[in-house]
Amino acid sequence: MKARTRWDSVCKVEDLVPESGVAVWTEDGPVAVFYLPHRLPALFAISHTDPFSGSNVLARGITGDIKGEPVVASPLYKQHFSLVTGQCLEDQDVSIKTYPVLLDGDRIRLEVPAAQSETAAA
Amino acid sequence: MSKQTLIVIGNGMVGHHFLEQLTSSAAAERFDIKVFGEEKLLAYDRVHLSEYFGGSTHADLAMGTADWYADNNIDLHLNEQVTAIDRDQKTVTTPAGTYDYDELVLATGSYPFVPPIKGNEHPHCLVYRTLEDLDSIRASANGVKTGVVVGGGLLGLEAANALKSLGLDAHVVEFAPRLMPVQLDADGGALLRHKIEELGVQVHTEKATTEIVEGEDSRLRMNFSDDSHLETDLIVFSAGIRPQDTLARTSGLEIGERGGIVINDQCTTSDPHIHAIGECALWGGKIFGLVAPGYTMARTLASALNGDREAAFTGADMSTKLKLLGVDVGSIGDAHGQTPGARNIRFNDEQAGHYRRMVVSEDGKTLLGAILVGDNGPYDTLLQYALNGITLPDSPETLILPESEGGAPALGPDALPETASICSCHNVTKGDICGAIDAGCSDLGSVKGETKASTGCGGCAALLKNVVDSELEKRGVEVSKDICEHFPYSRQELFHLVKVNGVRTFQTLIREHGKGHGCDICKPAVASILATCWNEHILATDHVPLQDTNDTFMANMQKNGTYSIVPRVPGGEITPDKLIVLGEVAKEYNLYTKITGGQRVDLFGATLSELPEIWEKLIAAGFETGHAYGKSLRTVKSCVGSTWCRYGVQDSVGMAIFLEDRYKGLRSPHKIKMAVSGCTRECAEAQSKDIGVIATENGWNLYVCGNGGMRPRHADLFATDLSDEELVRTIDRVLMFYVRTADRLQRTSVWMENLEGGLDYLKEVVLEDSLGLGRELEEHMESIVGTYQCEWKTAVEDPEKRKRFREFVNAPDKKDPVQQWTTERDQRRPVLETESA
Repeated sequence: MKARTRWDSVCKVEDLVPESGVAVWTEDGPVAVFYLPHRLPALFAISHTDPFSGSNVLARGITGDIKGEPVVASPLYKQHFSLVTGQCLEDQDVSIKTYPVLLDGDRIRLEVPAAQSETAAA
Repeated sequence: MSKQTLIVIGNGMVGHHFLEQLTSSAAAERFDIKVFGEEKLLAYDRVHLSEYFGGSTHADLAMGTADWYADNNIDLHLNEQVTAIDRDQKTVTTPAGTYDYDELVLATGSYPFVPPIKGNEHPHCLVYRTLEDLDSIRASANGVKTGVVVGGGLLGLEAANALKSLGLDAHVVEFAPRLMPVQLDADGGALLRHKIEELGVQVHTEKATTEIVEGEDSRLRMNFSDDSHLETDLIVFSAGIRPQDTLARTSGLEIGERGGIVINDQCTTSDPHIHAIGECALWGGKIFGLVAPGYTMARTLASALNGDREAAFTGADMSTKLKLLGVDVGSIGDAHGQTPGARNIRFNDEQAGHYRRMVVSEDGKTLLGAILVGDNGPYDTLLQYALNGITLPDSPETLILPESEGGAPALGPDALPETASICSCHNVTKGDICGAIDAGCSDLGSVKGETKASTGCGGCAALLKNVVDSELEKRGVEVSKDICEHFPYSRQELFHLVKVNGVRTFQTLIREHGKGHGCDICKPAVASILATCWNEHILATDHVPLQDTNDTFMANMQKNGTYSIVPRVPGGEITPDKLIVLGEVAKEYNLYTKITGGQRVDLFGATLSELPEIWEKLIAAGFETGHAYGKSLRTVKSCVGSTWCRYGVQDSVGMAIFLEDRYKGLRSPHKIKMAVSGCTRECAEAQSKDIGVIATENGWNLYVCGNGGMRPRHADLFATDLSDEELVRTIDRVLMFYVRTADRLQRTSVWMENLEGGLDYLKEVVLEDSLGLGRELEEHMESIVGTYQCEWKTAVEDPEKRKRFREFVNAPDKKDPVQQWTTERDQRRPVLETESA
């Protein structure tokens, strides 16, 4: 059975920081939302949890591109994660969750899987 | 197998080098080591003895530390002279006791030769060999006018330099018809004399002193065999050295006709369990009065004791390159052309003050020797030709002609064979350097660290850089200075682009001079450059996304995503009231509290959203941000200074606070640490800092480019006895030059080591203003000092900037669930990975 998903409003445009990220709390846990106004699309959402430390810090990393791929560098141990696929550039075996994200008026919406409890109830 | 006892008699440069070699080899396990030194002080650098009058201390000149000896389990007996050796019992005796040995090493060095002149026992007749001798010379020179050095050789001219730096009218009296008769010929000696006289040292050659009597205007009068005389207040004898072989003589070891302990190729004496190295040893009928051959003997003996049967001392190159009283002098190999059939090529420019002589073989193909006076430029190249027997070019004269006259450029590093010795102090060959590069060293600094090349006298620095660059290039390592894939420029070039074009944002810079969108390498580097040039708030909208997380949130991120806070405590001075506030804030937010090495208080465990609240309270109590998060000035550590300490000679706390207030907020390529000590006891550990200041009775001594950390580096003495104003001006220039020209994440030490010309070049730029940049550097610093703002104060007052400190922008009250805590030693700390689960 495919888990039910929905588009959650997580914050407003004015909460975003150009060329950087902010963290939001979702039913799927902490998510980092990045706003890169010089790119198209300009919005990216990935897990906020750094898989190497287990700490919730990725939204506080520096964004950029490595050979054209938009990335964020973990502020703790500096590994790069693709904002598109979640793949860690330094370690093929590690990747993190990504989330579809869209702009709806002045709201940012994320497509997150429904929480475990709801899935079970459905 | 029980350990054998190895005793070393003598704790000079060679003795110390021997111990370094031995302790780093497997032989260290075989021996219990005892060392006896006649002097009170640990081995020190006698080659740079004259710097003692320029402000260097024993600690600056010391070869090792008491800790090093302790760490290596060496039983060190200083100020304990060995008076006898009993070869049958295998013991040595000192006034304190008798000690057994299995192997004995004599590194007793030499003593100064005092010619048998009537009156030479006068208390103001001195010698120049030890730091104690220098103290005596200083005491004798106090309040008088004139000093004479007897002896115009290498050491004599060093001694004359020392007298000159004590403010005396210095004279040199030499028996031979010219200065440095061993190394120079008549023309070279004459030019050297001319140059030295221009510097105010009077030279008297062909003078034989017959007696020393009471003077009329001065303390002493020297009468010469030609009936002339000279009045002086003190006399320093520096007429050569004699091997210190008394112990060896009295214990019946074989001694040379004119002194010296006879040794074989393994540095062993006529007794198979007694060895001798350095200036006390006689090999092949020769005493080697330079440090490099002594080091070679030390290495040979250490290898032999380590079981290396091939180890052999096979003589040593006596070539020398020196700066005597600021005049370049070089002498290579057979400088006097004594090889049969040798031919000479001479170039003598009296106008420019250059004398160069090459001695070539009969067939004109090999270089046998050379003499240089006035400019040692061609020395490295000539030495490589001579040492490695490289075939000379068809017109060998081009090697010593100025380039405008068709002179050849320096010998390229490619022409050198693998066996070419690059650094003779540490015996590093070109092959060793290639090996280090093949093993992964990819820049000059790491090659130096790996091979020790150029860390002795430093004379080979330029040659080493050439070899490293050329070898890296050969291996296809693009010696690329590009900062990253987004900018084809070095940090220094980016700095120029920003400054010259008035670029104020990263976006402008990358649009006009780069490509792509940037990354975590170039963004913080450019942010630092922008801050240095324009000093705008780091959280201004354009700059926020450029900063490392620590700069963005103006705190230091810890492993669980929380932050630590280090308020500025200038000079480490804090009032009880402020200390109480730190305690109260830490208590309120349950912060783990620790005192840092830089005399600050570090508060750990604040969450992102707590940071602005905490800072509001700290700012209200008068604290400022401490920049512990930035590539900027961290701390200026100080001792308590003359205000309280009975030894202090200056107000070190006051100076530390002044310096910290001046340079706080300066963005730089890497962190900067400073310290100020109130006297030579150096309790603030200033010599391990980027900028170290040590009080003297006359002002301040400035040390630069030291650091602790992974690769500790002792700072270099940069300038002495500076006034407050001179000190600040000098630091302004050094720091600004560093900030402008260093690579990203390059500490001052590596920066300075990579400057072509190193410390001397930095001195020229800063102290002599050789680039004419001095004023500009000072003005630039002044503008940064003038635009300082406390970043935290600005941030907490601005609601827009405060928005950035929300942990989850859509859930202000949500606590980060991964941050789990426990209590240890009465404080809160994170639960470790191994403890959770």
